[in-house]
Amino acid sequence: MRIGKIAPALVLALAAAATTACGGGDTSSSAPKELVYWASNQGTSLDNDKAVLQPELDKFEKASGIKVKLEVVPWTDLLNRILAATTSGKGPDVLNIGNTWSASLQATGAFLPFDDAALEKVGGKSRFVGPSLAATGASGQPPVGVPLYGQAYGLYYNKKLFAEAGITKPPATWEELVEDGKKLTKPDKGQWGLSLQAGQVTENSHHAAILGAQQGAQFFTPEGKPQLASDPSVAAVQQFVDLMQKDKIVNPSNAEYADTAKSLKDLSDGKAAMFMNQASAGSFKNIGMDMANLGVAPIPLPAAAPPNGRKVTSFVAGINMSVFKNTKNPDAALDFVKFMVSAPEQALLNKTYGSLPTVQDAYSDAAFQTEDVKVFQSVLANSAEPMPQVPQESQFETLIGTAMKAMFADVAAGKPVDGAKIRDQLNQADQQIAAGS
Amino acid sequence: MPTALDDAPAVQAAGAPAPRTRRKRRRVALPYLLLLPAILLELLVHLIPMIAGLVMSFFKLTQFYIRDFSSAPAAGLDNYKFVLDFNSAAGKSLLDSFWISVLYTVLSVGFCWLFGTSAAVLMQKNFRGRGVLRTLFLVPYALPMYAAVITWSFMFQRDTGLVNSLLGTDSFWLIGDNSFWSLVVVSVWRNWPFAFLIVMAGLQNIPGELYEAAAIDGAGWWRQFQAITQPMLRPVNQVLLLVLFLWTFNDFNTPYVLFGASAPKEASLISIHIYQSSFVTWNFGLGSAMSVLLLLFLLIVSTVYLGLTARRRNAVV
Repeated sequence: MRIGKIAPALVLALAAAATTACGGGDTSSSAPKELVYWASNQGTSLDNDKAVLQPELDKFEKASGIKVKLEVVPWTDLLNRILAATTSGKGPDVLNIGNTWSASLQATGAFLPFDDAALEKVGGKSRFVGPSLAATGASGQPPVGVPLYGQAYGLYYNKKLFAEAGITKPPATWEELVEDGKKLTKPDKGQWGLSLQAGQVTENSHHAAILGAQQGAQFFTPEGKPQLASDPSVAAVQQFVDLMQKDKIVNPSNAEYADTAKSLKDLSDGKAAMFMNQASAGSFKNIGMDMANLGVAPIPLPAAAPPNGRKVTSFVAGINMSVFKNTKNPDAALDFVKFMVSAPEQALLNKTYGSLPTVQDAYSDAAFQTEDVKVFQSVLANSAEPMPQVPQESQFETLIGTAMKAMFADVAAGKPVDGAKIRDQLNQADQQIAAGS
Repeated sequence: MPTALDDAPAVQAAGAPAPRTRRKRRRVALPYLLLLPAILLELLVHLIPMIAGLVMSFFKLTQFYIRDFSSAPAAGLDNYKFVLDFNSAAGKSLLDSFWISVLYTVLSVGFCWLFGTSAAVLMQKNFRGRGVLRTLFLVPYALPMYAAVITWSFMFQRDTGLVNSLLGTDSFWLIGDNSFWSLVVVSVWRNWPFAFLIVMAGLQNIPGELYEAAAIDGAGWWRQFQAITQPMLRPVNQVLLLVLFLWTFNDFNTPYVLFGASAPKEASLISIHIYQSSFVTWNFGLGSAMSVLLLLFLLIVSTVYLGLTARRRNAVV
């Protein structure tokens, strides 16, 4: 075959491939508007998410004439996908981001700022739950998205094990938690007071933030300089690691627990009596937990507040919805965001995923009137604080969480983790964050 | 005096080239044309990213600038100074990762070679079931990497894993000191079939007469191995060891699948360390500087190795 005959075919094929590979919405003014949406994995699987979201996207298309192409991205890939899209400029129009990444992603400048005008277009600032809205970017700057799914930490406990140990109510203070935990720990029966995801980097960092706030820690100066190695931070990390090391209410095996599933199962199987986690009713149901046997309370505070300690029992967890600055259809993107944060959609989606609505007007739905949801709702509204809203937040999570994971590994292996060791690790984290600032 | 033949090209030059000239040109151009896709791909896949990485290493490229690389402030040699300052946290952890990678490579390559060579030599003799054994040996290499390593991660779990169940222990294998040994075991399990395959191919090229002559001279199995097999396999081994060294020192997949993005510090290979600096803590300039240093190290080791083996080969010749 002559090269002359192959060449045009090759060019055509390449052109077709390039067209297919291009992301982003349809830019043609005559064609119906189309948006690309990257949804984070919220359900039991990617397919489950598609099954939940697609009917809603169809509903939106019917009402607005705007087609939304959905891609559900697993959590493990999401941040790297966002970074790649930021670098290339070829991203989706609308996407979900973990709200702890807000300030870090804001610093890239790749997202549409939700100034007052944009917020007005999606229903107005006052509709949103305050703490959730606060976790959308650094203070004093226009948010980098709006909250979509709300989450908060609570203390799940196994009522049956509590009753067997003669404990009538969940712990109200940290000291009570340790005391109850000791009563509930029976290693010979394979039962422990508390289950921890001690091998999970982000989970460790969340607890460092919560306990750090209780101890009065500020992980960054107002100028954004890291100060992870401060006395209150060291005390908070020590407090958390001591649950396994000194109090011995956590199974050393938890040092290699790198996902929530194992801890949920431990609580469900009666191998652990307590577990600090975000609202997980859906996941508990999936593994066959008897929900009548499950109670939830706020994570306790210390009996005596340390100097400058704050009444924080959770960080403001959840998912935000952001718009890529490169979108060719900013108006359509905002219309879609408005639809997703509308009261009916908020009620439906958060009910399905077991998370909390981020707009006040969705809470009237009966699904959010249960005792458990009210506990989480109250925590989110009254005693939750956003993770540090600084550009280095993702480094903070990774470095402190990794250091804690290593500390738990040491504890599990019988190597002591004292204050000096913790301070040394946190000093190293400070240096590494400073290097990337 | 011009001849009719000399005139012919001049006449043709005004119009289309003579078919013979065209054919000659095509013959000359053909090898280059055939090489062109490879050259283009090499440029795209290796050279351009390498140059981009080298340039990035001289810039303070963090999340603030990833949207527009060109706006990143120049860092000069700061990134290099930072990671080579072994009193700093970054330098110290890089050095730790380097030594972990060195030990990992020595052990993994050593065992792969040992197992691969032993198995290949043993499989030389014809016996019943040889074909089945050969196929079984290649299974680890044929399995998809992710599936194989994730299975190991299940087996290494403390409470529910097969390893502790078989050994009757309650040790940790995925965290702490043992995590390094888990990594070595998985790497050797995965790569020794490659060594087996290559050595087996090398053995096929050794003429059987050599062994027959040696046997007539009274040489036993071990003597034959020392005097015939080993020297004849030397060129194969030289390439095999270099390839295994490069793969193992740079290994990212095994620790990443076995431990996730955050490997225990005892098993934090240099590739994982660079990944964390670049893609987890978003300091691409620093990550690039580390990558360039790694590349230089591998280049130096490879060049010295190739130089030494070439000298030995020449000396033998």
